[in-house]
Amino acid sequence: MKTIVAALAFGLGATLLAGAAQAQGTLNSIKQKGYLSCGSNPGLAGFGVPDAQGRWTGLDVDFCRALAAAIFNDVTKVRFIPLSAKDRFTALQSGEVDILSRNTTWSMSRDTTLGLDFPAVNFYDGQGFMVKKKLGVTSAKQLDGASVCTQQGTTTELNLADYFRANKLKYEVVAFASADETFKAYDSGRCDAFTTDASGLYAERLRASAPDDNIVLPEIISKEPLGPAVRQGDAQWADIVRWTHYAMLNAEEAGITQANVDQMVKSSDNPDVKRILGTEGKYGADLGLTNDWAYRIIKLVGNYAEVFERNVGQGSPLKIQRGVNALWSKGGLQYGPPIR
Amino acid sequence: MPRAPSLHHRREQPPLPTQLPADAPSGPPRVSPLYDPRIRGAAYQILLLLAVGVVAWIAIGNAAENLRNARVASGFGFLGNTAGFDVNQTVIPFAAATSTYGTAFLVGLTNTLMVAVIGIVLATILGFTVGVARLSPNWIVRTLATVYVEVLRNIPLLLQLLFWYVAVLASLPAARDSYALGTSVFLNQRGLYLPKPLLAADAWALPLALVIGIVGTLAFRAHARREQARTGRRLPVLAVGLALILGLPLLAYGVLALIGIAPVALDFPVKGTFNLRGGMQLYPEFVALVVGLTVYTAAFIAEVVRAGIQAVNKGQTEAARALGLQPGPTMRLVVIPQAMRVIVPPLTSQYLNLTKNSSLAVAIGYPDLVQVFMGTVLNQTGQAVEVVAITMAVYLTISLVTAFAMNLYNRRVALIER
Repeated sequence: MKTIVAALAFGLGATLLAGAAQAQGTLNSIKQKGYLSCGSNPGLAGFGVPDAQGRWTGLDVDFCRALAAAIFNDVTKVRFIPLSAKDRFTALQSGEVDILSRNTTWSMSRDTTLGLDFPAVNFYDGQGFMVKKKLGVTSAKQLDGASVCTQQGTTTELNLADYFRANKLKYEVVAFASADETFKAYDSGRCDAFTTDASGLYAERLRASAPDDNIVLPEIISKEPLGPAVRQGDAQWADIVRWTHYAMLNAEEAGITQANVDQMVKSSDNPDVKRILGTEGKYGADLGLTNDWAYRIIKLVGNYAEVFERNVGQGSPLKIQRGVNALWSKGGLQYGPPIR
Repeated sequence: MPRAPSLHHRREQPPLPTQLPADAPSGPPRVSPLYDPRIRGAAYQILLLLAVGVVAWIAIGNAAENLRNARVASGFGFLGNTAGFDVNQTVIPFAAATSTYGTAFLVGLTNTLMVAVIGIVLATILGFTVGVARLSPNWIVRTLATVYVEVLRNIPLLLQLLFWYVAVLASLPAARDSYALGTSVFLNQRGLYLPKPLLAADAWALPLALVIGIVGTLAFRAHARREQARTGRRLPVLAVGLALILGLPLLAYGVLALIGIAPVALDFPVKGTFNLRGGMQLYPEFVALVVGLTVYTAAFIAEVVRAGIQAVNKGQTEAARALGLQPGPTMRLVVIPQAMRVIVPPLTSQYLNLTKNSSLAVAIGYPDLVQVFMGTVLNQTGQAVEVVAITMAVYLTISLVTAFAMNLYNRRVALIER
């Protein structure tokens, strides 16, 4: 009888607890447990990948570090939880992670039916194809009758079906659960083409048995705005995520870098810079953080340009151009609303 | 049932629940219902049932409430929505543009059932062969069978599947330099390509002949059994059956060809830009999964079969030999039928294991129920609770149906004792 009572109590406790964690507010629960749980890519060069020492690098990984900097003034207070494309939304919905920062496409159905919010876009991307050079293919339009490897549970899988249907081309899809298996199957010759977001193509090509034997076709067949996702219904947390990205954009625009931020704090008379760095106004406090929140982000992680170049741009093996990810003032799409 | 009053006097006694006279007659003493073991037992069971019910009710209610609060879509309406993705190997027709998530579910289900059925048939044949071989008097045969069993049942199935898949991919040529057998059979990394037989519309006599052949064979077998029971004479069931099942369609084919109808056209695979087109394709994922499941489960079935045969008393074999039966008929007619009583229950478990293990298809990209439904559909719709619940219900149903069928069979072969 005792065991029955214990089992009952445990069952009730477990079901009731699940409800309580959500009501408390994500920021408070993060502060209480002392670290941020960040759902990251299990291994995509430039976006989220652990090295041999278990140290994570990447654009999406650095975004979580920026949040930890803003909240704790300590970039080590992040725990990265690698999630496959297939498992990522369930992990976020169930509260296993506080934020999903793993090159996830913002689409309407995900926004409206998954109980998620996409507060910002930290990388504008589009889907492309990679093929073996020896096939002699120069355009995706020539892929009639090809086998295409793709990762399941992605927008990629849907765009692929749309593209071949719209162009009246036949194809055979071979879908795998993880990015790793997908690319291995392509590399070993199971498929003629491999498809994912263009940034991912350049990243995966580095892992090919002979990277130079593969080419990326020129067609970009979709819009893939990639960004962090959070659970819907916690406006404060969504605001923190959104403004963390905007702070990094505004810092780039104002010329604040990791190197000069300390000097800027002391000597800058520019009111924009003073508001960003928290020496004027109390914007950080209104967000639920401290006034020097953006100073911490820039000091510990860097502005958007620094993070971009270090992980996917000229400072990385991927060498991706800024392109549409340049600031609005330089002809790109990245636009940080004013901090004021 | 009326009790004999001379033996038990309880019914005549006035009810005295608390004060029993010291010289109470024999029979169970009257006790308070609180201490009656039967009532207590029933009460505990009802309480446990209530507790389970309450926990389930709270859990379901809580999940629904949490989903509502988290603004996650719920309900089963998504099954009617257009899927929008493609699946490469399907038993039933599927198209991204028009098919629904419900159809995607059926695609996964039929693929799972196909692998399970083919796997069970092949594993049974291989398992019985290896199991009998383990008891062979021939040293080489016996040792080979032992090595097979010990190696294959002790390596995790997932590793074996990856081995078959990777081995197939790595050792075969690319699509453009396929191994070719003549001009009609090709083997490459994309699978095995065979000519596809297409039945002409006016060749209905062919399948009809096949059906008549099968029905005729069954009728002849029933007749042969009656004959044997009556006279002890054995009729050549195998030869007659083969003649009926193969001979009749061949005859029909010949007649059709004579009157100028080509009954079967062959669709040959031809080389396209990337892949071979047309014909029939066996995908490497499918082959790897069937081979992996078959050889793994067959190792267990072999042990079940060996145990069953060894459970039959040696005297049975000796008696059969003394009556002049050859070793073959001794095994087939005396030992195996008795061994089946021991074999069938654990064999059922192996069938269920094979069916459930087919969900490891997810590791090698074969679109089974778990891969298509719990992978793609779950992720595209985000309705984890519904999708997981449906999938669990499906595996439960498949397993229960298999177990039920095997139990019916077991009842037939079980020892009927007087």
